[in-house]
Amino acid sequence: MNRELKRVSIVVMLMFAALLSSTSIVQAFQADNLSADPRNTRTLYDSYQVERGAILVAGEPIAQSMPADDDFKFLRTYTNPELYAPITGFIPLNGEPTGLEFALNAELTGTSNSQFFDKVSALVTGQDPKGAAVEVTIDPVAQQAAWDALGDYTGSVVVTEPATGRVLAMVSKPSFNPNLLTVHNNAEVTTSYEALLADENDPLINRAIRSLNPPGSVFKLVVTTAALESGSYTPESTFPNPTVYTAPGTTSRIENSSGGTCGAGETVTLATALRLSCNIPFAELGVELGDTAIRETAEKFGFNSSFNIPMTVSESVYPRGLDDPQTAQSAFGQYDVQATPLQMAMVSGAIANGGVSMAPNLVQEILAPNLSAIETFKPVELGRVMSEETAATLTAMMINGVQDGAASNARIDGVDVAGKTGTAQNGSTDPFTLWFTGFAPANDPQYAITVLVENGGGMGQTGFGNLLAAPVAQKVLEAVLNK
Amino acid sequence: MQSLSKASALRARPATEPVRRLHLPQKLRNLELFLLLIACFINASSVVLVQLGALGELDPTLVLLGAGLSVLVISLHVVLRFVARDADPFILPIASVLNGIGIAMIYRIDIADQESGWQSAAVRQTVWSALAIFCAIVVLLVIRNHRVLFRYTYIAGLIGVLLLFLPLVPGLGKEVSGARVWISVGSFGTFQPGEIAKIALAVFFAGYLVRNRDSLSMVGKKILGARFPRFRDLGPILVVWALSMSVIIFQRDLGTALLYFGLFLVMLYLATGRLSWVILGMGLFLGGALIASQTLDYVNGRFTNWLDALNPAVYDADGGSFQLVQGLFGLAKGGLLGTGWGQGRPEITPVPQSDYIIASLGEELGLAGIFAILALYLLFVARGFRIGFAGQDDFGKLLAVGLAFVVALQCFIVIGGVTRVIPLTGLTTPFLAAGGSSLVANWIIAALLLRLSDTVRNQPRLVV
Repeated sequence: MNRELKRVSIVVMLMFAALLSSTSIVQAFQADNLSADPRNTRTLYDSYQVERGAILVAGEPIAQSMPADDDFKFLRTYTNPELYAPITGFIPLNGEPTGLEFALNAELTGTSNSQFFDKVSALVTGQDPKGAAVEVTIDPVAQQAAWDALGDYTGSVVVTEPATGRVLAMVSKPSFNPNLLTVHNNAEVTTSYEALLADENDPLINRAIRSLNPPGSVFKLVVTTAALESGSYTPESTFPNPTVYTAPGTTSRIENSSGGTCGAGETVTLATALRLSCNIPFAELGVELGDTAIRETAEKFGFNSSFNIPMTVSESVYPRGLDDPQTAQSAFGQYDVQATPLQMAMVSGAIANGGVSMAPNLVQEILAPNLSAIETFKPVELGRVMSEETAATLTAMMINGVQDGAASNARIDGVDVAGKTGTAQNGSTDPFTLWFTGFAPANDPQYAITVLVENGGGMGQTGFGNLLAAPVAQKVLEAVLNK
Repeated sequence: MQSLSKASALRARPATEPVRRLHLPQKLRNLELFLLLIACFINASSVVLVQLGALGELDPTLVLLGAGLSVLVISLHVVLRFVARDADPFILPIASVLNGIGIAMIYRIDIADQESGWQSAAVRQTVWSALAIFCAIVVLLVIRNHRVLFRYTYIAGLIGVLLLFLPLVPGLGKEVSGARVWISVGSFGTFQPGEIAKIALAVFFAGYLVRNRDSLSMVGKKILGARFPRFRDLGPILVVWALSMSVIIFQRDLGTALLYFGLFLVMLYLATGRLSWVILGMGLFLGGALIASQTLDYVNGRFTNWLDALNPAVYDADGGSFQLVQGLFGLAKGGLLGTGWGQGRPEITPVPQSDYIIASLGEELGLAGIFAILALYLLFVARGFRIGFAGQDDFGKLLAVGLAFVVALQCFIVIGGVTRVIPLTGLTTPFLAAGGSSLVANWIIAALLLRLSDTVRNQPRLVV
């Protein structure tokens, strides 16, 4: 019987080995994922028990936990709430946090892996656990300027530093007051939240990273990059200059926004087409390049992929498998092409940075309760999108667009601004989407800026990028360059 | 036979003196006392830590919960000094510390649920512990030699089956969360006779198999390289299989069925040494379970919950994976070191003090704590197996291994269910979980193992 007994012992050992493995898998390997699950109420309750770390802009808190006299110990309080709401997000009593409160929850509550040893030492020394503070890359001057300049428009302004990808301003309007959603009263929170949800202007959406719009003419920068990088085109390459263009194999007509030809003459150069932002030459160029070449360039700029800054940025789209008529439409940013403001800021940023695209990032440093840095973020290259020559050529073309072209309202005295406007259609009767993207100073780019004005800026189909979006960019650039 | 050999052992003592000194009874009991004191210290400090962690202060419940169990287990130790001096010194301390940790965790949940007095499950658990340990003492006093049980093989079998189906008696049985495995016993709450049935069945299986092993070892046709039993010998396994299937169908309790059938298979294998029985048995059970999963909604639901637990639709479904996933969240919260006694939120998971006590412990004591608990179980089972290896009579060997294996299998079914190794089925974690019947049953198992180990050591193997 002992031989059988030995075998049964082995079976028992295997059963216990299975239990040791399964508990290890749950408690060690899957623990982070399980803790991050939105259904995990333990994580939520915990987030109130520790003094949640602050979110800092230039050392000043924009979100912090104030001692409270109730069961939750701390009340999350936001300073300058509407200005920073798209960045901080909020942590509600009875739901999932948003914004940085969500993306950096583990760090803010002190439960991330990098804080493991702090946690153990706090356990041993009997200190109250405390979360880490987060210093963001936001420049308060740029943020305020962008907020003021955008006025009452529904839309967004994103300012980045081309050389590093650091996000210096991120404004989304209309905004909301996160303090209303953190009060320790479920009924009040629910009422406020439902009201915000019902608001047709979607104040809870961070438009800078979540709003997808057709980019319209700002997408011509991507197509121009594809053309120049192909080696077959220069700014002086010419295209036929009709008043109406019909793509091969279709009867749908494409016109320039002016309704006429693109400048005078039988043919028009690429440089002029970009400067005056004409649709027909780009439709022709798009068909010649083909949808694959354009898509590949767009993807190098970051289209068709999502980013974490650390909030998740919606994926901007350049569709696959387009036929010629669709490619013609896509070449001036229509058809199914869609972009977030942050994506367009990455396009300008890459051009400004000599052709190298930098990963956009909102977090500068994670600071332990004793203010020592747990983690400092370094610039990350996403890759080279275009050669330095192409970047220089494009910059010159964009300067022309501002000085003497369709983006003239972004002009600043004494500084060269490189820029491109866009006026995108959303169906036959819906209001336009208006864009500006560019950077300054053009010879030594410090700031890349993208302005998105949704809902026609209140002007339906009569507004256009240079009228509404370019002046916003001009005001912000003036403010940051003069500070 | 036994008394005779005992007598010869007494007579031969001088000749074996130098060898027997290796395990002097006195030394064994002293080792047990030493370990028991450590166990009592762990138990008492667990209750203190629960109070400090969850209440922030100490209160008088501490005396009852902290010291009550210690008094009980030390009295059992004293009894052992008189009636089973050679018993294994590890079994009692392990059972004590598991029981004590269980009480501390149940108490911790009581605090979260703001239960006190007789409503407090921890108080009831302590009273049940007293009863259970009293039963263990009675077993040790009454059964002075395990071979007595051999005589009652068929009575044990009858009792086992009756206990198993007692909850189906109208008016007596009580249905809790779908399963009909309880009977109500006045203000004491409910009692799960199936827990006691497993001991009776282990005795029956051991006795029956020792008597009939020869015919069951006969082999018939060779199929696919393995020799299978003769058709006419299939009777017993089919009866046990039918018993398990009726538990699945009528009592709606997958775990209990698996436990009994697994127990029978292992004992059958040990007695006959025929792997073909195991293959046949597993085929029968899997086939039955497969049919059950297709035809019985609750079995099907258990499988869906197991395979697709995190799916929102499954999670939100009635009878879905909510409990399973909350248990996983609790375990994840515990991580490597746990939150510490009283610092977690085990009360979020449904039934955190019984079926899910292991998840509650994992949350507050961490992976480290779970490993320690699993190691204790493994050690407990290993002590039982040791008796099986060292034993001289086949009935004793089979019974010891059967009892130890039933503890191991029960741990595997319930902890494996909580951590998604197998589908979740309701069973209690031995010694830990809140539940009187389970405590009584497991303490009786501990008593039987103590008795068996005492007999084994008393056997004069060097003399005979």
